[in-house]
Amino acid sequence: MEFSELIKTATVESVLLSCAGLPPVRGTLCITSHHLLLSSCPGGDGQPGTMELWLLIRNVDAVEKRVQNLGWYQPPRTNDSPRDTRLAGSSGTITLRCKDLKVLQLEIPGMEECLNIASSIEALSSVDSVMMMYPFFYRPQDLRLEEGWHLFPLEQYFQQIAAQTSQWRLSDLNRDFTTCPTYPADVIVPAAVSDDTLRRAARFRQGGRFPVLSYYHPRNGTVLLRSSQPLTGPNRKRCPEDEVLLGMVLDEGERGFIIDTRSAQAAKQARMTGGGTEPKSSYPQWKRLHRPLERGRPLQESFIKLVEACNDASLSMDRWLSRLESCRWLSHVKAALSTACLAAQCLDREEASVLVHGAEGTDTTLLVTALAQVILDPGCRTVVGFQGLLEREWIEAGHPFHLRCARSAYSHARLKQEAPLFLLFLDCVWQLSRQFPFSLEFGESLLLTLFDNAYASDYGTFLCNNEKERCLCKVKENTHSLWAWLNQPEEKKKYLNPLYSHNPLVIWPSVEPQSIQLWQGLFFRWIRPSQYLDEARAEMQRLVEGNEAPAKESAGSRLSRSLSDPAAWTENER
Amino acid sequence: MEHIRMPKVENVRLLDRVSSRKAALGTLYLTATHVIFVENASETRKETWVLHSQISSIEKQATTATGCPLLIRCKNFQVIQLIIPQERDCHDVYISLIRLARPVRYEELYCFSFNPKLDKEEREQGWKLVDLNEEYNRMGIPNDYWQISDVNRDYGVCDSYPTEVYVPKSATAHIIVGSSKFRSRRRFPALSYYCKDNNASICRSSQPLSGFSARCLEDEQMLQAIRKANPGSDFLYVVDTRPKLNAMANRAAGKGYENEDNYSNIKFQFIGIENIHVMRNSLQKMLEVCELKSPSMSDFLWGLENSGWLKHIKAIMDAGIFIAKVLIEKDWISFGHKFNHRYGNLDGDPKEISPVIDQFIECVWQLMEQFPCAFEFNERFLIHIQHHIYSCQFGNFLCNSQKERRELKIQERTYSLWAHLWKNRADYLNPLYRSNHSQTQGTLYPQMAPCNFLYKFWSGMYNRFEKGLHPRQSVTDYLMAVKEETQQLEEELEVLGERLANLQKMQLNDNKIQSKQQDRSKQLGLSASTNSLANTPQEYSSDLKSFPSRSPSQGDEDSALILTQDNLKSSDPDLSANSDQESGVEDLSCRSPSGGGCLPSEDSGKDSDEAVCLAV
Repeated sequence: MEFSELIKTATVESVLLSCAGLPPVRGTLCITSHHLLLSSCPGGDGQPGTMELWLLIRNVDAVEKRVQNLGWYQPPRTNDSPRDTRLAGSSGTITLRCKDLKVLQLEIPGMEECLNIASSIEALSSVDSVMMMYPFFYRPQDLRLEEGWHLFPLEQYFQQIAAQTSQWRLSDLNRDFTTCPTYPADVIVPAAVSDDTLRRAARFRQGGRFPVLSYYHPRNGTVLLRSSQPLTGPNRKRCPEDEVLLGMVLDEGERGFIIDTRSAQAAKQARMTGGGTEPKSSYPQWKRLHRPLERGRPLQESFIKLVEACNDASLSMDRWLSRLESCRWLSHVKAALSTACLAAQCLDREEASVLVHGAEGTDTTLLVTALAQVILDPGCRTVVGFQGLLEREWIEAGHPFHLRCARSAYSHARLKQEAPLFLLFLDCVWQLSRQFPFSLEFGESLLLTLFDNAYASDYGTFLCNNEKERCLCKVKENTHSLWAWLNQPEEKKKYLNPLYSHNPLVIWPSVEPQSIQLWQGLFFRWIRPSQYLDEARAEMQRLVEGNEAPAKESAGSRLSRSLSDPAAWTENER
Repeated sequence: MEHIRMPKVENVRLLDRVSSRKAALGTLYLTATHVIFVENASETRKETWVLHSQISSIEKQATTATGCPLLIRCKNFQVIQLIIPQERDCHDVYISLIRLARPVRYEELYCFSFNPKLDKEEREQGWKLVDLNEEYNRMGIPNDYWQISDVNRDYGVCDSYPTEVYVPKSATAHIIVGSSKFRSRRRFPALSYYCKDNNASICRSSQPLSGFSARCLEDEQMLQAIRKANPGSDFLYVVDTRPKLNAMANRAAGKGYENEDNYSNIKFQFIGIENIHVMRNSLQKMLEVCELKSPSMSDFLWGLENSGWLKHIKAIMDAGIFIAKVLIEKDWISFGHKFNHRYGNLDGDPKEISPVIDQFIECVWQLMEQFPCAFEFNERFLIHIQHHIYSCQFGNFLCNSQKERRELKIQERTYSLWAHLWKNRADYLNPLYRSNHSQTQGTLYPQMAPCNFLYKFWSGMYNRFEKGLHPRQSVTDYLMAVKEETQQLEEELEVLGERLANLQKMQLNDNKIQSKQQDRSKQLGLSASTNSLANTPQEYSSDLKSFPSRSPSQGDEDSALILTQDNLKSSDPDLSANSDQESGVEDLSCRSPSGGGCLPSEDSGKDSDEAVCLAV
């Protein structure tokens, strides 16, 4: 396939671009294989125009076209002045609704051009082949291709654990992706369990996702594991190897928790289709807890409804609140945070190891394990640590980004496998950052950038559904890594939280409804005026930067000192 | 004192509102001014103090096996749930509190016994902090168009206005008096705000007594005088804050609204702000939502919408676009907002109580959220003002008018809140405020119509005693600490620079810097430590009974999850304890209020429907 076949009209003059909150500009519209460009007309004195829009076509979620002034289309007798209509000519308006939730309008003179442009954008934005996507063509000057792809090898993460315990080992049994097509080549497993046992256990788990280590809690040596559901089926099949594997995680007399992200009812029903849960009799040391989390279509619909409500300017205050309620997005945020907190609580307070799984183990499972780590592990709250977490718990762990993020909230296309689990994760992290404004090294801007790039990107980081596909497509060889770009000093600076000071403690958020807020920075990014909030942020930055580095340290360390020392507390209360 | 049937009850349990498992055992004391609960836990002995005047309702619930529950709801949105072992004790506490919470005389109020140990001069100084005349001077009044009128010097024209009233120069005493007779409770149009940049002004009055057809020449002249006081404008807006229907209904009672035919060059505008009864019910409903035990997200949002509270807040904000720079002293106190009636400090008609000031304070907060750099004060300032409106610890918010306040000699017998706040002003500053910042210049233009989402539930106010619900780290305090530190470092730098010039031996300086830095850390600890980084998990699994704990008695599948709690209770100080402790323990020795039955006059003017005239 050639891109040129899809482009029916490449350039149109005198197109009017309008976008909420900005004055409209007129310029020349140009379509390339991957971009929509609009450069404003020079003042007529031969100056080159300035680029006003540079939109990745992959970012377009929905194209809506409206053609006006169809004078010739109507019977002349119903029109009072057919001449005027003809003179005005026909034109069309294309509304582009983007995956990052921004909405653009293009007013295009000439009906045919309008329809051509619209169908070109539609065709180009629905190219589904990974290898045809822009990251395979993007070659920025200042980055090298291989940069950023091997920043977070699992080996390195494993070494941290190995320094504290010899109970775990790094296994490469999945190097050819045959044991589990959605796992990476390397996984961390109990040292006492052989690869052979793992292979048999994998056959007892949906998609071969046998229990592997997700996080080691250094404070007490408990671990967080994840897997997919066991294939117990209607006949209550058992698998001795799977039982051995889970048994090896716990010492004699120790107890662990299995957090199932489905309701007890749904888990039971899954037996009919070959799935199920770990029966108590076969896993006597494990206690099962059910925490139903929404995923799949209901979650996508919740996202769509919320975005619809946010864009509905006609809502009164009353209707706004009920729309917010009925889309249930905040309920999902609350449920996800609570479940992650429960997992963290089991590890840190109950000193028990935890296995998390739902059905496939690629969606809500990863949401819970990743979020629990942000809560527990201060290392995950730095810019680099957070990237490592995403790499380990979302990308390599096989969250199907290509399927889940194919469409965003505006698309009219029939829903297939889209679901905003990653967005839900980012929202939960934002809630944490709001409740603990000093404890995350990065600010809202990083979360927004990650959201944008998960849905449409210049970089290959979020391409494909799993490591196997990435190998086949040679993503790491032929695209740039998002991390390489983000970690350039100039770029990284934009994402830092000026108030950050290292907080070694677990951050337990409140999950009461009063504490959960709608993430305005994302859902209203293109709607609300942010000038005053940006000014406040700049002012904050100014205050903190004005403070000399040593002084800042003393303020930060004093903050953490005051909490570990109750005596200091009462003294300060005087 | 004679009202206290039961000064002390032991083995009382104080329940935690968020998590029912965190109950504290302790002793309950009733004093002349406070309810005090002292926890038994020996290392903390945490105290919870509640002023009687803060109590808005007391509810005795059905006795259970564990004891008799007593629910105390406060006007500062604190809810205290006690379980008293003996039904009889509970009853005695209940009866005592009912009486203590509803004093019948002003002299029983706390401010008459509150003594912050200031001398007379300091007390007087405190009352002079906010001077209305100066406030008007700041606006450029008096000038060619506006003057002070002494027509109300003995409260002869309007008893709920102050003695000094600003009116147009062209309005003669005859016109004013005439106009006042045509206005409900004789509240004639008087100046509230003047904008010296464009001569526009905001005036305030009550509704006219127009009935169906009455008119008043002087009142018409009065409005024309106001219009002419702005030479740059041809007409005057009359903004009626009621829904039009209410205004029409009032005509039947001989009141109503200005007849457009009789007033030339005037534009009328109704803004549908509901009356006090609707507002009171709305707040009540919202507080019920706040009190829900572990509500789901839907329960909460549904309840919030159902209360209509944010809708009312938005309606007021929409109206407030005309009236932006309001200062509490001027707009609410001097002009006869009926504090006593609306806040129920004394025993009176419960229908007269209304949360209008709460709404004003919330509106200011909503503005602060939209314009983070525009206000010199912070959220805490608003919360403390709200607290003290009901605490009756200071005399500012007592009585219904300046007249009553003078008669009671409030300024001689009580202290001013403004002095108290001023003393602690460092706690109330917004670190992002800078007098030369663009947001502090001129008028704020809040987002209007489609931006409903900007109006948020203010958990900092309505759930402020549920510390667990709030952000665990305070950006304001941190930035304040940083700001202070920067300032000190700069000062130090200056001093050192001077020294450097004078001294040749630099080594001497080094030691000094180090010791100084330590001092600084100590000082800064004060403001920054009010937020604790440490926190404990809440009951993420509260609905789950079968979560086994690793206690020795394990194996028991049904034992409830017991949360280890590592941080001390004392690390969440609550505001009431905090601010009341400032009053000192000695003051608690009960002082029976001196007699003198100066009962407040029962004024039954029931309208909060003051019209606002805008001359533009």
